[in-house]
Amino acid sequence: MAKQLMCGSHVIAEAATRAGCRFYAGYPITPQNELPEYMSRRFAQIEDATFVQAESELAAINMVMGASMAGVRAMTSSSSPGISLKQEGISYIAGMELPAVVVNIMRGGPGLGNIAPTQQDYFQATKGGGHGGYHTIVFAPHSGQELVTLTMKAFDLADAYRTPIILLGDGLMGQMMEPVIFPDPIDPATLPQKDWALDGARGRDSRLVASLHLDPVEMEEFNWKLARKYDAICERETEHESYLLDDAVVGVVAFGTAARIAKGAVKRLRESGLKAGLFRPITLWPFPAKALRTLTRTIKHLLVFEMNFGQMVEDVKVSVGETATVHFHGRPGGVVSTPHEIAGVITKLMYRYNLAK
Amino acid sequence: MTTISTTKTIFSGFGGQGVLMMGYVLATSGMEEDKHVTYLPSYGAEVRGGTANCTVTVSDEPIASPVASFPDFAVLMNTPSLIKFESGVKSGGIVFLNRDLVDVRPKRRDIHVVSIPVNSIAKRLGNTRGANMVMIGAFVQKTGLVSLKSVIKSVKSIFQKKGTKIHKMNTLALKEGAAFVDGLLGS
Repeated sequence: MAKQLMCGSHVIAEAATRAGCRFYAGYPITPQNELPEYMSRRFAQIEDATFVQAESELAAINMVMGASMAGVRAMTSSSSPGISLKQEGISYIAGMELPAVVVNIMRGGPGLGNIAPTQQDYFQATKGGGHGGYHTIVFAPHSGQELVTLTMKAFDLADAYRTPIILLGDGLMGQMMEPVIFPDPIDPATLPQKDWALDGARGRDSRLVASLHLDPVEMEEFNWKLARKYDAICERETEHESYLLDDAVVGVVAFGTAARIAKGAVKRLRESGLKAGLFRPITLWPFPAKALRTLTRTIKHLLVFEMNFGQMVEDVKVSVGETATVHFHGRPGGVVSTPHEIAGVITKLMYRYNLAK
Repeated sequence: MTTISTTKTIFSGFGGQGVLMMGYVLATSGMEEDKHVTYLPSYGAEVRGGTANCTVTVSDEPIASPVASFPDFAVLMNTPSLIKFESGVKSGGIVFLNRDLVDVRPKRRDIHVVSIPVNSIAKRLGNTRGANMVMIGAFVQKTGLVSLKSVIKSVKSIFQKKGTKIHKMNTLALKEGAAFVDGLLGS
């Protein structure tokens, strides 16, 4: 298949369709409206696909819950304030162990904020934005092609672990166009049968999908079951990218758009002989803690760069403990740093700690 | 002609001048030539007649950052764009100005200026909405980032649904832009 130049939001929508997603519900909010716009057009071409512009974010997430319960691959998307509204539904989906893909094209916050690209929802996405101590797998794509891969993978992992997954991007990821290549579409009929789905009980025993466990002993056992599932996800699904880290003296840690800018900074510094590298978590939960800690055998200074005032930096500190010094550079609010700015921050660090040899 | 492998260009002007389309055409043409490209539009709560800009990166290698620290080229369709972007252009870079609407000269002496009356040329061609096509034709002829042939092909495919008349008008505008630059080089 030929390369296509598409904006990120359209890429997510097309990739979801190709992953066999057949139910989408959402409520408009900038800067992700291109996603439902594409989805409405695309699903109109597919006989058994349903697109709903819901009356609210709450309605949309609960429709996704219902579709998922019936065994359909389902997705919703929104942007920060809208994602906050969906949190109750996401908690229920986690509690009912249903697969679902939730896209958050983040904007500035808190409150209504603005529509500029930020990473201010890291805590919300990775620490369980709703109640009850659940986790969602969180993917942080940084390029068009990765949007294809991770969107499609999100549907597979959501089904495999029966868990909601969050695809975390921002306006820059959503609006930027890059050439992408799509794999062949998956026929939903070929996907593994869901032996828990509520798809009609004729000829079999009835099934129950619920998140209510009134008996504390039963509730405790269910929570331990979730814990074991999360352990398995941490064990198997953690992903990261290492960029020019082998001989680096400063390792930048950044995800998504920030990682893309940091790559530019690292490249600039390398051209002038300064040894910087980039560690890029691809899954924010599970966080690639082990790989990061291993990195500190050789790299003693980490610079966390985020488009917020310091969220992932907490996970970095927990991961590396005393094995490296963790520095932070943040730009909250939607101001997009240039590679030049980040290169400057790294260079200062190198001179401060006499690393620029 | 440029020898650097990664080149960043900012296109800027009023909403409605086809600024984002110029960037999209460049990115599409780059992709058609199997180059790595990124197209990054400014977005916001835009108002009609407000400013629009986009950053396009064309490279022989995978693109690290789609954000430009200092663009190599700036295509500026109106005066506010020149005021906003002049200072950021890389030393030795080229600024392409819409002579019909930019009424001040760049202050910097370390950048090249190519000044083109794109509105007048488009008007002469009976295609007032084609000023952006004149500009992008001139731009690629001067920079050699992609070939004029690729641009003509991309524009044809982008405007496929608009029919052959539009295709002919666009092609003419692109070629006139390129010819204007050739005239500058010859003079």
